[in-house]
Amino acid sequence: MDIGKRIGLDYGLPTRNAFGEALRELGRENENIVVVDGDVGNSTRTQYFGDENSERFFNVGIAESNLIGVSSGLAASGKQALAASFACFLMCNAYDQIRMSIAFPRMNVKLVGSHSGISIGEDGPSQMAIEDIALATSLPNFTVLAPADEPATRALTRAMFSQEGPVYLRTGRTKTPVVYQNGADFVIGAANRLREGRDVTIIACGLMVAAALEAAHILSKRGIEARVLDMHTIKPLDRGAIAAAARETGAIVTAEEHVLNGGLGALVAQAVAEVEPVPMSFVGIDNTYAESGEPQELLEKYGLTPDDIVRAAEEVVKKKRQ
Amino acid sequence: MTQTQVERRSSEKWTLETPSLEELQETAWRLSREILKITTKAGSGHPSSSLSMVDILTALYFGGVMRYDPHDPNWPERDRFILSKGHGAPGLYAALAEAGFFDRELLPTLREFGSPLDGHPDMRALPGVEASTGSLGQGLSIGLGHALAARLDERASRVYVMIGDGESDEGQIWEAAMSAAKFQAHNLTAILDYNEFQQTGPIDEVMPSLEPVVDKWKAFGWHVEEINGHDIGQILEAFNAVERVESQPQIIVAHTLKGRGLSPFEQDEVNRMHGKPLDEEQLETALAELDEMRHTWAFTSLPAEEKPTRVTAENKYGEV
Repeated sequence: MDIGKRIGLDYGLPTRNAFGEALRELGRENENIVVVDGDVGNSTRTQYFGDENSERFFNVGIAESNLIGVSSGLAASGKQALAASFACFLMCNAYDQIRMSIAFPRMNVKLVGSHSGISIGEDGPSQMAIEDIALATSLPNFTVLAPADEPATRALTRAMFSQEGPVYLRTGRTKTPVVYQNGADFVIGAANRLREGRDVTIIACGLMVAAALEAAHILSKRGIEARVLDMHTIKPLDRGAIAAAARETGAIVTAEEHVLNGGLGALVAQAVAEVEPVPMSFVGIDNTYAESGEPQELLEKYGLTPDDIVRAAEEVVKKKRQ
Repeated sequence: MTQTQVERRSSEKWTLETPSLEELQETAWRLSREILKITTKAGSGHPSSSLSMVDILTALYFGGVMRYDPHDPNWPERDRFILSKGHGAPGLYAALAEAGFFDRELLPTLREFGSPLDGHPDMRALPGVEASTGSLGQGLSIGLGHALAARLDERASRVYVMIGDGESDEGQIWEAAMSAAKFQAHNLTAILDYNEFQQTGPIDEVMPSLEPVVDKWKAFGWHVEEINGHDIGQILEAFNAVERVESQPQIIVAHTLKGRGLSPFEQDEVNRMHGKPLDEEQLETALAELDEMRHTWAFTSLPAEEKPTRVTAENKYGEV
């Protein structure tokens, strides 16, 4: 069953579309914004901006290295530059360029990677970014954002332009369950507590936030009350919220549409180990590439459903009580 | 000069007072000495890769080609120079110090802990450095970004990017080349420091298919000038010529000597001492040879109409 349906969540725009609409609005307000595209503007939705601002929209072709370098130069000369491509091509193909031309010199460039995770479905593993969070968070000076739904994406797109320096924002291809009201507040670096609970905390990002809420609903029926945190900012991580979760609920489950190595779970575990060691369990992609298929089929096969989160939570609560 | 260039040149920040050729050669001689001395003192670095472009840097910074203000290094109207072959840092640092961006006394701190003169350029550490480079292939894309920003902001700034011949192995160079032509970046000039050696050997062996390099750039839609990169007169002529090009990016293919013909470098037939400083004895030899060269600086007596000029070490003591 589709994520969030059991708890009555409606489906909103894919986060890439919400980003594209927000960027178009920002383009109307701020003439200094320029966008560089790697010939996938109709997929990343930067085309919405390009259609209105052809003179400040640069399609450099299918050339991610050059995409990053050109953005860096535009930013160095004072433009508010945004570069976008598929998350895997952006992060994996141009990693050295991002490191050298953006992260190291702290360039004010916003990077947006679409088609993150395995829920892109039919196009298959060559198009799926499942390592991008690990790559992006490894870069000094970078802020890393993974919005959960349409309102979150609109708010975080706007928020990332209001701060100086490099930002990576991750979007998805498919329609996404809506967990926020329109106009909900977002502060970069501050996790949002979407549900209160005392037995365990589920910390999630992106599409898995809706799955976490559904899991919390199921757990509640089984007598386990779960707190749910939307960790929309993966770097800098909200260590305060993590410490409070560990202290107050005594057990943590993380959930992400990303490999378990170096992603949200690994980063949260590092914080937990430092501030308040408690039992943890991890929902994510376990050391494998996926395949083509319908998003729902893939999420089930690769262990990214609300039921997987429920199992992880029950296990971790058991450990806590031992 | 076109109207724009006249306006550009008459900016109140910049008055065009071009020194004589002799004065420029004297400057190049001074920069060459600094490059040799500071790399020997540091015990590491890339003197030969710096020396091959020293005359081009001299023309850019002191020959009236680039507009900049060392007291206002972020002046928006300035021209930008990007050293894409970042290992040429000692050459760039020597030029920036000579231009007054920072105190000359800093030069001997090259590569020292706590010095802003890192092994490769760090734009956040040192004024006048326009890009952090050292991972090859990236500077031309960055330069294109600057050029597009200048166009959007209606600034007359020009962008100069120094790339290496070995660096041209990098695919990103050709990505940037293709897109700069698409965007008709007439305010972007690349300079190819064609010193014919890369890290493990001569270009002829490592990547002979760099040739025909002039045809390649032409095929990518660029205006090409081909010169002797140690003849400051030819270099200035080429910079003048490219400013007049409309709707095309330009590249100056500059034939140079890695190590500028100095015997300690020439003796290494593998890579001209790539990434190696001279020892004290070699330094003395090289400085003495530089002194001898002061009157035969350009390495060639070939008249301009015989361009393209292939520079060889054999004609280094030819008549001026």
